Amino acid sequence: MLFDNYQPENFFDEMFTANGVTRPHYRSVAAALNDVEPNEFRNKQSAVEASFMRGGVTFTVYSDSQGTERIFPFDCVPRVIAAEEWEIVEKGLIQRITALNLFLHDIYHEQKIIKDRIIPPQYVLSAKHFRREFMHIEVPKDIYVHICGTDLIRDKDGRYLVLEDNLRCPSGASYMLENRAALKRTFPELFKASGVHSVSNYPAELLKVMQYCAPANFKANDAPNCVLLTPGVFNSAYFEHAFLARQMGIPIVEGRDLVVRDFKVYMRTTAGLVKVDVIYRRIDDDFLDPSVFRADSLLGVPGLVNAYRAGNVSLANSIGTGVADDKVVYYFVPHMIKYYLGEDPILPNVDTYLASEPKDCAHILANLDKLVVKSANEAGGYGMLMGPWASKAEIEEFRVMIEDNPRNFIAQDPISLSRHPTWTGDQFEGRHIDLRPYILYGEKIIVTPGGLTRVALKKGSLVVNSSQGGGSKDTWVLRNSVPE
Amino acid sequence: MPKSPPTQEEVARHKQANVMLSRVAGSLYWMSRYLERAENLARLVDVNLQIILDFGQVSDETMKEHWLPILRSTGDEDLFFQLYEVADSESVMEFVTFRQENPNSLLTCIGNARENARQVRDQISSEMWEVLNDAYHFIKNSDPENIWDGGASAFYDQIKYYSHLFQGITVSTFSRNEGFEFIQFGKYLERADKTTRLMDMKYHILLPKVTDVGGAVDAAQWQAVLRSASAVEPYRRFYVADILFAKVIEFLIFEDTFPRSLMFCLQQMDDFAHLIAGTPAGEYRSEGEHRFGKFLNNLNFTTTKDIIGRGLHEFLAEVQREIGALGEHLYTTFMYHPPVDMQAEIRFHQQQEQQQQ
Repeated sequence: MLFDNYQPENFFDEMFTANGVTRPHYRSVAAALNDVEPNEFRNKQSAVEASFMRGGVTFTVYSDSQGTERIFPFDCVPRVIAAEEWEIVEKGLIQRITALNLFLHDIYHEQKIIKDRIIPPQYVLSAKHFRREFMHIEVPKDIYVHICGTDLIRDKDGRYLVLEDNLRCPSGASYMLENRAALKRTFPELFKASGVHSVSNYPAELLKVMQYCAPANFKANDAPNCVLLTPGVFNSAYFEHAFLARQMGIPIVEGRDLVVRDFKVYMRTTAGLVKVDVIYRRIDDDFLDPSVFRADSLLGVPGLVNAYRAGNVSLANSIGTGVADDKVVYYFVPHMIKYYLGEDPILPNVDTYLASEPKDCAHILANLDKLVVKSANEAGGYGMLMGPWASKAEIEEFRVMIEDNPRNFIAQDPISLSRHPTWTGDQFEGRHIDLRPYILYGEKIIVTPGGLTRVALKKGSLVVNSSQGGGSKDTWVLRNSVPE
Repeated sequence: MPKSPPTQEEVARHKQANVMLSRVAGSLYWMSRYLERAENLARLVDVNLQIILDFGQVSDETMKEHWLPILRSTGDEDLFFQLYEVADSESVMEFVTFRQENPNSLLTCIGNARENARQVRDQISSEMWEVLNDAYHFIKNSDPENIWDGGASAFYDQIKYYSHLFQGITVSTFSRNEGFEFIQFGKYLERADKTTRLMDMKYHILLPKVTDVGGAVDAAQWQAVLRSASAVEPYRRFYVADILFAKVIEFLIFEDTFPRSLMFCLQQMDDFAHLIAGTPAGEYRSEGEHRFGKFLNNLNFTTTKDIIGRGLHEFLAEVQREIGALGEHLYTTFMYHPPVDMQAEIRFHQQQEQQQQ
């Protein structure tokens, strides 16, 4: 029996309660997996890996000069979320993205939230991704963030907390879809008794969002031309870009395929220039248009921003959304929810200290060996100090950086992330996990029932990023509640 | 029943389906050409390895004579001798199969085919991509010693198999749209070119003595040429008799029912070029189309005897020129856009922005 020696230890385990009883919503999965022989499990695990390699379901590791393609390690035990739990998560995410969109509109127009002293002005105006150039620009349907990936974790009591919002070009949705397909091929019997929500609608919903957000001056009875803009095959997420474009049936374009004339965007086709109306861009603001942002970038399209300002093309996500995933601005999201919606946040933030607040800063500097310090605009597990596990030298290095530029740092108490049984090669052990659900904002707000569960494969590690040796799991949201 | 007007979604689908980026057309074309090139290389090496077995004892010198034509047919003789001292089975096989420095090695060709496919993954079917990816990993995980010990034929057969599998999958999973036309055009262009080089190879192989023309060695060599085009059996069906030089070239040039003959490939190129350009069959409008039409027409009035009289080698060189010219014409017209002058574009849009304010 594969789970016989499994130890939840002193962590919140997704599958088992503290005294080792299987949680009700995991019962059918546990029963099916318990029948699998270790050898069989091993074979299935390597079959999945081979099929990912074969299908090119890979990401690119920049630092690695050897064979730059790697598969994102996949663990065959699904992460299961109970129906009533998901209901709360979904409500919380909808509430959050609604407030964030209102914030973005406000911050690029009247800035009432600053005038009403809810957020100190310097935090917004000094945010690295605040785009002054976009003040008072109207975006179609007032939607700034069309695609959002919000990272959630569960603490030692099983509470869902928001770790961060990814409002620029969140990635991973393709792995959510590929993981599901892989698990269906490998363990079809697991699905039978469980009643799992399908995630396969994601690309279709994404396309609908794009079509809904066609430029305001677009003729109502015409159909918009949608494209996905990628930096190209050398980008680490290229697999995902091509995957989503294929699933949506829209062209994937690079900057060099596009040209702007008379404030309109065109793509260069075998039949000449064809107008483009909506762009799902997977290029960050900085590289989008070298005539406005970084002139040294060859990835973007000169004139794109002019076309966007003129209202002739829509971008998903809009320009300037990065101001809201600055980790200092993150601190204020619960305030935004209260301010714009008059509600209490359904999903709380992780307790956070701002290094730029003198009182917090003193606390951070005095407790560097106990806190997790993050720089405001880094992602992928870079620019982080994990105090309790860091060396003296690393701690001192961060002390200097924080004193030099407090605006750029926040700190959080280390959270004991929940754990999940994960295959180690010959048995199951608990490994820390997080969850990135995907939220689409179009005519309605849709939270795809599932997401990407990332798992820290190294024993004891809390870092789940693929670039730091993390893996992933299929994520199940159950359709119906399961009796206790 | 009257047809209801298309919904917005249907219009969008239709519009999207009919738009093809020039870059995508180029990638599909090169993907197809590189894979076809790899298949032909695999054929050449495999057949040559088998011929050598027929010869029993061979000296270093005759060994070299066996392999040089292959290197000459791809134009890589100089590069080869920069990397190796001796041209024997092992060195040539390694060079043609695995060397990254060789732009025409199997590894490079399949790598390039896959890289082009990766650029257009949203356009091709998953199955097409998986075959290319499989082929690439197969060759990347093989090494010369294993192949040498484990039977080279099985290895080269596997490469051919991947290529055939890819073509079969393409035919049964790829929509008959513009993209298909670029894939097919690229394939037949490459195949036509390689068929000429295959025949030309025989020109480079020296016979031991002039009097051997028409002898047993000559016949064995022509049979090898047929075999590398998978043409021995179809040839026998047409000409039950012996393998004769004039009959072999007639078959490989003019037999328009055989899918690797020159005529077959040229006609396919012509058909797909018309579809790509949107020119009705039989008409030749642009200068490039006109040139190819004239060439095809002349060829229709040429006989094997004419070709032999004029010199096979000279004839093949002309065919290669004409194939190249048509390829170049379609490439510059439909697949290539001159890269934008970034600095000029940036200045232009900055000025335009200022005028707006």
